[in-house]
Amino acid sequence: MESVISVQALDKTYDSGFSALRNVHLDIHKGEIFALLGPNGAGKTTLISIICGIVNPTVGTVKADGYDIVKDYRKARGKIGLVPQELCTDAFESVWATVSFSRGLFGKAPNPAYLEQVLRQLSLWEKKDAKIRELSGGMKRRVMIAKALSHEPDILFLDEPTAGVDVELRRDMWEMVRELRERGVTIILTTHYIEEAEEMADRIGVINKGEIILVEDKSVLMDKLGQKQLHLTLDHPLEEIPSGLNGASLALGEGGHTLIYSYDSHDDNVGVANLLSNLSTQGINVKDLHSTESSLEDIFVNLVKEH
Amino acid sequence: MNLYAILAIYKFEMARTWRTLMQSIASPVLSTTLYFVVFGTAIGSRMGEIDGVSYGAFIIPGLVMLSLLSESISNASFGIFFPKFSGTIYEVLSAPVSPFEIVAGYVGAAASKSMLLGLLILATARIFVDYQIEHPVWMICFLALTAVTFSLFGFIIGIWADDFQKLQVIPLMVITPLTFLGGAFYSINMLPEPWQSITLFNPVVYLISGFRWAFYGVADVHIAVSFGMTLFFLTLCLTGIWWIFRTGYRIKS
Repeated sequence: MESVISVQALDKTYDSGFSALRNVHLDIHKGEIFALLGPNGAGKTTLISIICGIVNPTVGTVKADGYDIVKDYRKARGKIGLVPQELCTDAFESVWATVSFSRGLFGKAPNPAYLEQVLRQLSLWEKKDAKIRELSGGMKRRVMIAKALSHEPDILFLDEPTAGVDVELRRDMWEMVRELRERGVTIILTTHYIEEAEEMADRIGVINKGEIILVEDKSVLMDKLGQKQLHLTLDHPLEEIPSGLNGASLALGEGGHTLIYSYDSHDDNVGVANLLSNLSTQGINVKDLHSTESSLEDIFVNLVKEH
Repeated sequence: MNLYAILAIYKFEMARTWRTLMQSIASPVLSTTLYFVVFGTAIGSRMGEIDGVSYGAFIIPGLVMLSLLSESISNASFGIFFPKFSGTIYEVLSAPVSPFEIVAGYVGAAASKSMLLGLLILATARIFVDYQIEHPVWMICFLALTAVTFSLFGFIIGIWADDFQKLQVIPLMVITPLTFLGGAFYSINMLPEPWQSITLFNPVVYLISGFRWAFYGVADVHIAVSFGMTLFFLTLCLTGIWWIFRTGYRIKS
């Protein structure tokens, strides 16, 4: 798979001595949606900031579409659009002026038709003459995205794009991200909303304490690290797990009314039939049952805990 | 060369001037006009000539220089400080622009604004005082060089400042006193020793003297020295900015 962002042996130590990134290796594939997950202070924003040229790396190399971000910074940066985490906008400028400014800054000739298309796509066209300070938080977030898209980037970084955004706008943004991907734009997003990554990402990277601890296809990750649980609601509560069932991965739910069986869904012999048969043999009646699957959030929490 | 980027920054900064016309242009023109009225017309009419120039006309180059210096510094320092303060600097840092292009955009706009202001003040002065410009090319040359040099200096202050107070400290506490004591209202030849010699350590003396020479052909120091010192300050500021971008001082960690 062709790599559009290549990070090799990247370290970042700030002047304060804080080591924000340690020996980071990461390849982002062309045209994918890559979600970078990590707890606060894990190094997500530092990594993005280095790739975009805002922070200097201490050691290591980064290439964007084959261009070194230091030696070929013009070509590398021209490929990238960035929507930062903070709502940093020119409060007194109009939407149109700030988006035009962004396009010019990235060395592109004026193209009102393209900017109109971007603003319409983000439902900002009606607000093009409005001062940014007059806009709502969600609208300002859209302006940030419009600015990042104004120079037609091939790679788009979205650092916590939907933080503080209502559900409807979040859904709109997901839709827009998918459309961008359809047009061949590679998207790298960091998010605190695991459901966002679960909903959109093709691949997931997890960063913790400045180190990339995992990069995996989302589906593979869910399959590999995901667990299934069967919840059995019992006729009569149990005080303890019957001795004949101790070998199985069983736990008692609150009040003893539920028996929880954890299993790997990819195992050839998941043991559900055996369990039900054993329960019947021991005279334990099952009133109801349902199964659950670990979410990406569960996987993420477990991974970060382990490291 | 990313010309679109230079133009984008330049237009963005100039747009702020038009948005804040009262503060950017009208206010400095009005305050300098008051100097002309009080010192040039009212008091000046009762004072004798200095170096063969009427007092009202004598103070014009110094007053223009006073506005030029303070406005160049404040325009350029605010221009780069505000994106740092609001966080929008991320966009400039992540754009495919070189340090030269960034400086050209911000400093070019700041210098344009202060030159425009200087010319407006000169035009306003004509209403109150009769003056001539013996060396118009040199006058424009000094005006432009000083505007660019002190806009570069303002850019450095804007990078250095991490709050609004620091932004004001240098223009108010250093530049204004140096201008008042740099021969804006008198010829330094009128000072007794050792003040006359001490005044020569004031860099603004050379700027005002050179600028006044362009008007009336009279100067406190030789024109070549004035011109040389102006170029020296320009080089000093350029070196400071080169160092800032080389080290990332206060803009890039």
